[in-house]
Amino acid sequence: MTERLIEVAGVEKAYRFFRLTNVSLELEAGQIMGFVGPNGAGKSTLMRILMGMARHDRGSVRVLGHPIPEQQAPAKRDIGFVSEDMRLHGNVSLAWHMKLIASIYPAWDATYADVLLDRFNLHAEQQIKALSHGERVKATLLLALARRPRLLLLDEPTTGLDPVARHEILTELMAVVQDERRAVLFSSHNTQDVEQISDQIVFIDRGRIIDASDKETFLDRWRRLHLDVPAGVELPALQDVVETRTSGQIAIVTTKAYSPGLETIYQRAGAQVRDIQRMTLEEIFVANVMSNRREQAA
Amino acid sequence: MHSDLVISQADRRPMYLQILEQVRRRIAIGDWQPGDELPSIRGLAASVQVSVITVKRAYLELERTGIIVTRQGKGSFVADTADLRTRLQHGELDEHLSSAIEVGRQLGLGATELEGRLRKLWDRKAPDVAGKDERER
Repeated sequence: MTERLIEVAGVEKAYRFFRLTNVSLELEAGQIMGFVGPNGAGKSTLMRILMGMARHDRGSVRVLGHPIPEQQAPAKRDIGFVSEDMRLHGNVSLAWHMKLIASIYPAWDATYADVLLDRFNLHAEQQIKALSHGERVKATLLLALARRPRLLLLDEPTTGLDPVARHEILTELMAVVQDERRAVLFSSHNTQDVEQISDQIVFIDRGRIIDASDKETFLDRWRRLHLDVPAGVELPALQDVVETRTSGQIAIVTTKAYSPGLETIYQRAGAQVRDIQRMTLEEIFVANVMSNRREQAA
Repeated sequence: MHSDLVISQADRRPMYLQILEQVRRRIAIGDWQPGDELPSIRGLAASVQVSVITVKRAYLELERTGIIVTRQGKGSFVADTADLRTRLQHGELDEHLSSAIEVGRQLGLGATELEGRLRKLWDRKAPDVAGKDERER
């Protein structure tokens, strides 16, 4: 049986101007999960809850089998957490940080750390304050990766990075799941990174998980149909159609549950299917968020 | 086995299909021989930088169509069937012809007109072969 490294069920957390509502998700060993949402959707809040840095009001959280926040100490020994607001000391070198982490975590892999220095193009002796933004992100990531933790929690690891640095980081994340006992959860609003390397995808908006599935299912189910709709023809209202845009005799229909039968339905209604297009994860994400917000407003 | 597959995000085909087609191509041109071991799913995923689940899906599809076989705990191998290469090449040809038919239909061409077009292109591209063909008749 595959082991679940993260189990979140019915988690609620209320702040003055923001709340997480009924958040549930599971991450199995061997997988990469992409956590996608607009700014302020609740991605960082959930990461902080997983780390025991914020306490949820309701629901249950288990990480690496340990209930959180009660048993966060043993869980954290095997979690590598990287977030934007983690600051390295500016007046010392990266080597100083490496030595510090190595003294705390016995699993520190000095050989791998050296390999990462080389792959990330970093110099251990350089002062942190002399590093660029991208180098600083890579340095923080190096400190987490070289501990070889079973679970990596990465909050926006690729935000603000150039394409080469992003490539270097994605390569290392893929390397992590060469080991089927390990897993990665990373949040991002860069859907391209998520689409490329994630096995599981979770969409979050305004504190709610609005959709979650494996990536192949997402990309398979969502389609855009271009239809010719002659005057007088009425398109049937279908449950899984999230949006219909009409202009003159042309309609563009977005569905979240495509099957070839859909064409027949439209053809029987008198419309003609001109084109069926797959959607990128970004298009799916935006369509999903917008349709969900319309539903919430209704 | 060395796996220099390349997938492109600008390609409109889904990533699993790009992988599937490149594996098929390798086998069709004989780079990968019947019985050869394929790269592991996780290994290939890391080397082309796509999700494990995407490579898994491509392999499942290749298995379903009898192009590869997966032995539990041992890995995946190119199917050891004698006519696999020819079958794949014929499949490829059919795919090209099908898309030609599709374009032909959009232009309102029938089967005879398409045949004529094919004959014309054949003569232009390979006059020697065509000539020989004529003489033999």
